[in-house]
Amino acid sequence: MSRIDAKFAELRAAGRKAFIPYLTVGDPDIPTSGDIVLAMEAAGADIIEMGVPFSDPIADGPVIQRATDRALKGDVSLPRILELVRWVRDRSDIPLLAMSYYNPLLSFGLERLGRSAADAGLDGLLATDLTVEESGPFVEAIGGAGLNTVFLAAPTSSPERIASIAETSTGFLYAVSRTGVTGETDALSDELAGFVRRLRRSTGVPVAVGFGISNPEHVRAVWSEADGAVVGSAIVHAIEKAIDEGSTGSETAQRVGALIRWLRGEGEAQPA
Amino acid sequence: MTGLTMVRKGHYGAYGGQFVPETLMYPLEELEAAYNDAKADAGFQAELGRLSERYSGRPTPLYHAERLTEAVGRGRIYLKREDLNHTGAHKINNCLGQALLARRMGKNRIIAETGAGQHGVATATVCARLGMECDIYMGEEDMRRQELNVFRMKLLGTRVLPVASGSRTLKDAINESMRDWVTHVRTTYYMLGSVLGPHPYPEMVRDFQSVIGREARAQIMELEGRLPDLLVACVGGGSNSIGLFHPFLDDARVCMVGVEAGGRGPSLGDHAARFSGGRPGVLHGTYSYILQDAAGQIVPTHSVSAGLDYPAIGPEHAALYETGRIVYTSVDDAAALEAFHRLSRLEGIIPALESAHAVAYLSRADIGPDDVVVVNLSGRGDKDVTEVARIEEDGS
Repeated sequence: MSRIDAKFAELRAAGRKAFIPYLTVGDPDIPTSGDIVLAMEAAGADIIEMGVPFSDPIADGPVIQRATDRALKGDVSLPRILELVRWVRDRSDIPLLAMSYYNPLLSFGLERLGRSAADAGLDGLLATDLTVEESGPFVEAIGGAGLNTVFLAAPTSSPERIASIAETSTGFLYAVSRTGVTGETDALSDELAGFVRRLRRSTGVPVAVGFGISNPEHVRAVWSEADGAVVGSAIVHAIEKAIDEGSTGSETAQRVGALIRWLRGEGEAQPA
Repeated sequence: MTGLTMVRKGHYGAYGGQFVPETLMYPLEELEAAYNDAKADAGFQAELGRLSERYSGRPTPLYHAERLTEAVGRGRIYLKREDLNHTGAHKINNCLGQALLARRMGKNRIIAETGAGQHGVATATVCARLGMECDIYMGEEDMRRQELNVFRMKLLGTRVLPVASGSRTLKDAINESMRDWVTHVRTTYYMLGSVLGPHPYPEMVRDFQSVIGREARAQIMELEGRLPDLLVACVGGGSNSIGLFHPFLDDARVCMVGVEAGGRGPSLGDHAARFSGGRPGVLHGTYSYILQDAAGQIVPTHSVSAGLDYPAIGPEHAALYETGRIVYTSVDDAAALEAFHRLSRLEGIIPALESAHAVAYLSRADIGPDDVVVVNLSGRGDKDVTEVARIEEDGS
């Protein structure tokens, strides 16, 4: 059982839902990313999604595109990200999921990635542009190394596709809340609840919802239907503001912590 | 060695496939079904044939370039005059096919990417003709290099959306198109302009462009009474080349050469020669040869020709490179510019800078005294005249 499986089991037993924040690793640098991960855990994150930057992020909106550009200007690479995973692992048992596009993973070598990631203490991997049809070598190498392989399901996925995605996903299934790229939004789609229920009927794997979740009301709404809520752009946006204001790494991490507490319904007012 | 048999759906040997965010699998499956249906429909094919003939001006001539032949000094060189198509390039062959398909699918909004602007102009033209709404994504750098085509697209009633991310060229325009598509997936048709992207695009675009090779084959049989010895075409994404080559793949004695952009030189970042400088990877939905760094990040490319300035090559080309059926080489900026002038002066034909790469290859090609050579003149050079003048004035 992976740390992700154990976390969902523990939450289920306690009648709670998962809060899953995302950061683009290396934005603005690796040590700050380390501080942010620890601050996320302290603020109540259950699982952390670590974005591995790719030069051509076709599924991401402007906020994560800009974070990617900032990260790639620095010295960020898969080996350095795995070093960061190891650094976090020395300090915390929080489940860590790496999220990327397929090419950087393929370029690293899937077999080598499975071994190195398991060795560093990473718990799962998700490649945004990897469909279940093409996932054979990935599942064999990454799943074979004992990591979870997480796949996306979309509101446009047919029942047949949902069945095969549910069968291939381990740890949890990542439900995309809407048609579109990542980014904050004012209102969640009306179709979301129905979509999550369809997924629930076809799989026993926990379902987490991401894309566009931007405030405590969204998080509550997602928690009422799914097992977890993923928040990406809203957090990356806060990191960007901190960078623009010249904050130190620990100030940036504190700011992310405050935002997470607010998103989880614990803070009184939205942090500046 | 002959053409490829598709063993796994959408795959050419190890290459091709569908590497896209899950949301896009629905429109890809819808597109594949609609295309297979249209392909088998005589009415669809007849309408495409009619528009190709009366609107676009097909068949395009196969022209014996006598003075060019004389200058090369060997063989007999023919130019397949795709530059004479309406809108000035082969791109319209694909656009007419896809626009009729989009209409048949009930999608009235078309989006497309463009590099040199030729695919953008062809898309805008066809959308005007069929009364469809059209948005074109174009990198800011390409908008500067291809100002005339930007103006043409606007004249045709299209919105040109500038792309400021990344290298501000074709690659980034495709990124933005895919983001638009994933967002408006239920109502929007993505008119991809080359044999790139996820299945079924590489197959569908090749089928629409194969009209070039089918015509050339019939024309050369009539003119020479035999098949050609050598076919030459430039390769960006690879649609004009596969269009010419595909109907000849099973004719083992016909040699084929694809010419990539050699740019400023062989260092990574200075060219767009995917086979000599790249390695297999995934970009924009397909597994093929890609220019990337050691970490799998896509690297910037350079070519004097915007239409060849792209880090990936169509997956069928990747497979044909590995089987050895097609030989790939590259021609640098300087040689392409020289050929641009040479063809203008020798034949009174100003070629697109893309096509000038194919013409430039002739001076080092292995051509026997009686060999018959067909060069795909994929587009005309009007769009490049200001950029060439600028380069020759600045020397940069």
